[in-house]
Amino acid sequence: MSAPPVGAVGREHPRLEGRDKVTGAARYAVEYPVENVTYGWAVPAAATRGRILRVDAAPALALPGVLDVLHHGNAPRLTPGVDADLFLLQEPAVHYRGQFVAVVVAETIEAAREAARLVRIDYDTEPHTTVLSEHHPGLYRPNKVNPSYPTDTEDGDFDGGFAAAEVRVDATYRTPAYHNNPMEPHATTARWRDGRLLVHDSNQGSTPVQATLAELFALPREAVRVVAEHVGGGFGSKGYAKAAVVLAALAARQVDRPVRLALTRQQLFGPIGYRAPTIQRVRLGADADGRIAAVCHDAISQTSTLTEFAEQAAVYTRSMYAGRHRRTTHRVVRLDVPTPFWMRAPGECPGAYALESAMDELATACGIDPVELRIRNDPAVDPEQGLPFTSRNLVACLRDGARRFGWADRDPTPGVRRDGRWLVGTGVAGASYPARARAAAAAATAAPDGTFEVRINATDIGTGARTALWQVAADALDVPVDRVAIRVGDSDLPAAGVAGGSMGTASWSWAVIRACEGLRDRLRQAPGGAVPADGLTVEVSTADEVRAQRPLPRYAYGAHFCEVRVDADTGEVRVPRLLGVFAAGRVVNPTTARSQLIGGMTMGMSMALHEEGLLDERYGDWVNHDLAMYHVSVCADVERIEAYWLPEEDPELNPAGVKGIGEIGIVGTAAAITNAVHHATGVRVRDLPVRLDKLLERPPTR
Amino acid sequence: MRGGRESGKPADDQWSSRLALTVNGVGHDLTLDNRTTLLDALRERLGLTGSKKGCDHGQCGSCTVLLDGRRVKSCLVLAVTLDGREVITVEGLAGRRLYPLQAAFVAHDAFQCGYCTPGQICSARGMLDEVSRDWPSAVTADLTAPVELTDAEVRERMSGNLCRCAAYPNIVTAIRAAASSR
Ligand code: FES
Ligand code: FES
Repeated sequence: MSAPPVGAVGREHPRLEGRDKVTGAARYAVEYPVENVTYGWAVPAAATRGRILRVDAAPALALPGVLDVLHHGNAPRLTPGVDADLFLLQEPAVHYRGQFVAVVVAETIEAAREAARLVRIDYDTEPHTTVLSEHHPGLYRPNKVNPSYPTDTEDGDFDGGFAAAEVRVDATYRTPAYHNNPMEPHATTARWRDGRLLVHDSNQGSTPVQATLAELFALPREAVRVVAEHVGGGFGSKGYAKAAVVLAALAARQVDRPVRLALTRQQLFGPIGYRAPTIQRVRLGADADGRIAAVCHDAISQTSTLTEFAEQAAVYTRSMYAGRHRRTTHRVVRLDVPTPFWMRAPGECPGAYALESAMDELATACGIDPVELRIRNDPAVDPEQGLPFTSRNLVACLRDGARRFGWADRDPTPGVRRDGRWLVGTGVAGASYPARARAAAAAATAAPDGTFEVRINATDIGTGARTALWQVAADALDVPVDRVAIRVGDSDLPAAGVAGGSMGTASWSWAVIRACEGLRDRLRQAPGGAVPADGLTVEVSTADEVRAQRPLPRYAYGAHFCEVRVDADTGEVRVPRLLGVFAAGRVVNPTTARSQLIGGMTMGMSMALHEEGLLDERYGDWVNHDLAMYHVSVCADVERIEAYWLPEEDPELNPAGVKGIGEIGIVGTAAAITNAVHHATGVRVRDLPVRLDKLLERPPTR
Repeated sequence: MRGGRESGKPADDQWSSRLALTVNGVGHDLTLDNRTTLLDALRERLGLTGSKKGCDHGQCGSCTVLLDGRRVKSCLVLAVTLDGREVITVEGLAGRRLYPLQAAFVAHDAFQCGYCTPGQICSARGMLDEVSRDWPSAVTADLTAPVELTDAEVRERMSGNLCRCAAYPNIVTAIRAAASSR
C-alpha cells in the first residue's frame, strides 16, 4: 500500500507480552501473590431510591471466616466533593438499585460471597423513575455534553432550509442501554502500609486513578501507587477510578490487611457505567440531487441523580456532512439509575447510527446511491467551524471500500434478492472520530551497554500500546528494537493520561519521541559520547507543546460495507461479510491495529444485532444482567471481517502522525448493518438491536 | 461419580473436605472448603492464576481447563467432587517451547487484552480432541462422516468462549494453523 517502513514503525510485530498472555504468566489485578490476603465482596442496594434505615451485619459476621462488614455507619471516611459516584459507604442515601452499600471482608472468597447474601439491610424507599422517554417532564438542557462540547449548536436557518427542501427525511432512532462488559471485571488488590496505599487495579489509566484515590483518602499523591500492568479490557468503563478500587481501599484500611475485591459479572451492569440509551431525531433536507441544505440532530439521553453525564450523540453530525442550515441539540433527564459513562466511542457511536441511517433513508428518497450521496455531501471545510480539516479522507475510504467490496452495479431495490431461504442485502455507512492528544510525561534512559529503557505510565488494555510505544521509541532513538525496553502501567512511572478517546498512542508516543530526542541530544553532548556508569536519563513533558496545538478540526475517517442475510421465515440475521476502510494517520503496528479495528467493527455488529440492556421499571434495574442473557457477539457470529487502511500523512497531528484507532471501528458499523437489513428486507429498523420480532412484525418482501 | 468412588472425604470440620488433585502433572493433597470451585482452588489456593474468572457462572469460558482431558468450565465444578482427578491448565501446556496453540495465538494475534486467552487455548485443545474423535457439532452436515475442521466448525465449537475484544477471526486462523501443524 505504501512504501515499506525503514524503521520499526509500520512493521508487523507480535505483542511484547504475547508469551505471558498465552502461558497464563501475565498477571491481572487480583492475581499478584499477597501475604495474608483477605477477600472483599460488594453488596448492592436492593432499593432503587431511598435511605438505608438499618444494617444488620450480625448474620454475616456469624459466618466463620468473616472479618468485617463495612457500610455507611462504620466505614473509613472519604473526602466529600471529589466524586459523588465514588463517595461510597459514606451516607445512607440510595440513588439507584445496585449501588454498593456494604462490603464484606472475609478470609476466603467462599465466606465473603456467602456472607454478602446474609447482610440484612432495611430501606425506607421512595417512588422512582427509571425509564427514558422523549416526553419525560424532567428533560433539561445540560451546560455541556461529554466531555466538554457545547450542548447545542446552530448555524443558518434550519427550519426555513428544511421547509424549503425538495426532499425531506425526518426519522427518530432509538438505542438501548449497552454494557461494556470487558472480560476482566473491575477488580483491585489494595493494601496499606505506613499510611501509603498500594493498589493493583484494572483500569485504563493509573495516573488519574492515583490522583482520585489521593483526593478521596486525603493523601499526597506520592503516597498512592496504582499498578495496572495487564488489563482485561475496559472499552471505556475503566477510564476513571471506579467502585472496585475505592471499596477495596476502604476495606483494606478497615481490616488492616490486603484485600482482593473483584466485582461480579452481574455487578458490571450499572455501577461502573454503561452506554446511555438514546432517542435521536434526525432531519435532513436536500435537493433532488441529494445535496443537503438543512440538517438537524436532536439527541435525548439519561443521567443519574448523582452525576451529570450527557452522551454527546449529536456531536457527530456537527462535522460529518455538508449543509448550510444546521442545528444540533442535547437534552438529558435525571433518572434513578446508575450514572452512564464512556463506552467505546461515546457520542459518535450512537450518533453515527442515527445520522448514517438517515443518510441511507435520504439516498433511498432521492434515488441516489448511498456511497455517491455521501461523496456529494463531503464538506470542503468543517461545516460548523469553517476551518480546514487537517486531513479528511472519507471519500477515499468510501471509494476504496466500494472497490474492494464490489459495490458497483448494486441494485438499490429493497427486498428483491433471494438465495434459498435467505434475503440478501448490502449496506454502507461512513464513520469519523476525533483525533485528539493530551499532555504526557515520559523518561528515556541510556545504559552504558548500549541499551535503553523508556518509561511512561501508559496503559495497555489490549490495544497493543506497549508494543507500539516500543516501536516508536526504537525509531526515535534510531536503534534496533532489541536494544530498547519499555515500561508502562505503573503510577510510579512518568505521568500520562488514560487509554481512552482514541488518544492513547497519539499522546504517549508524542512524549516518548520527545524523551528519546532529548536523550539523543544529551548523548551527543556527553564527552566522547560515553554513557556514565549509572546511565543517562532524560524526562520530558509535552504539556506546552500539546497546549500550543492549533485549534483545527482533526478526525479519523472510515467507511463500512457489509452484506447481510435475513432468513425469510425466522428473521434471523447473519452478517457474512463486513469490510471497513479507514484513514487514521500512520499505523504503527499493522498486526495490533488490524485487531483493534476488527474488534471495534465486531462490537458494532454486536450492538446492531445482539446487545440490549432490558430495564425492568418496577425495580429500575436491567433484567438481563449477565452474559447468558445480555448477548455479545460470539465466534459463530463473525464470518468474514476485513479491515484496511489508507496511507495518510498529516503534519498537524503529533510527531508520530497517528490519529488513534480504538474507536473508529465501532462508529457507523451498526448503521451499515441496519441499512443492509433494509436493503435485504425492505424493513427499516430504527430501534436497535435488530431483533427477529422486528423483522417479522412486517413480513419481509418475498 | 467416576467409578462409583466417593469423592472428597470430610475433613475435621463440616465446612471442608480433603482431596487429592493432580494439576499439570503435580499431585496436591488439599483440604478445601466444600464451596470452593475448581477455578477458585486453582487461583486462590494453588496460585495458578492463568485460568481467568470472567463471570463465575459458566457463561463466558474464560475459566476453561481440561479435566481428565475434556474441556470444562472450572467455575462450574466444585473442587470437592474431583478427588483423584487430573486437571490441566494453561500453565501446564508449554514445555520449554510454547505449545503449538499458544505459539499460533501469538503469531496470529489471536487476542488483545488476553483475559479470555487461557480459556480459548484450553478450550481449543479440548475441541480439537473432540473433532479428532469425530464428535459432531450443530453445523456438521454429515453425522456419519469424519468431521472436517472447517472455519464454520471452529467458530461453532468455540462459541462458548467469549472474547469481548473480538479477536474471533484471528482465533479461528490460529486454531486452524495449530491444527494443521499437528
Ligand atoms: S468464569 Fe467460568 S465460564 Fe465465565
Ligand atoms: S482478548 Fe480480550 S477478551 Fe479476548
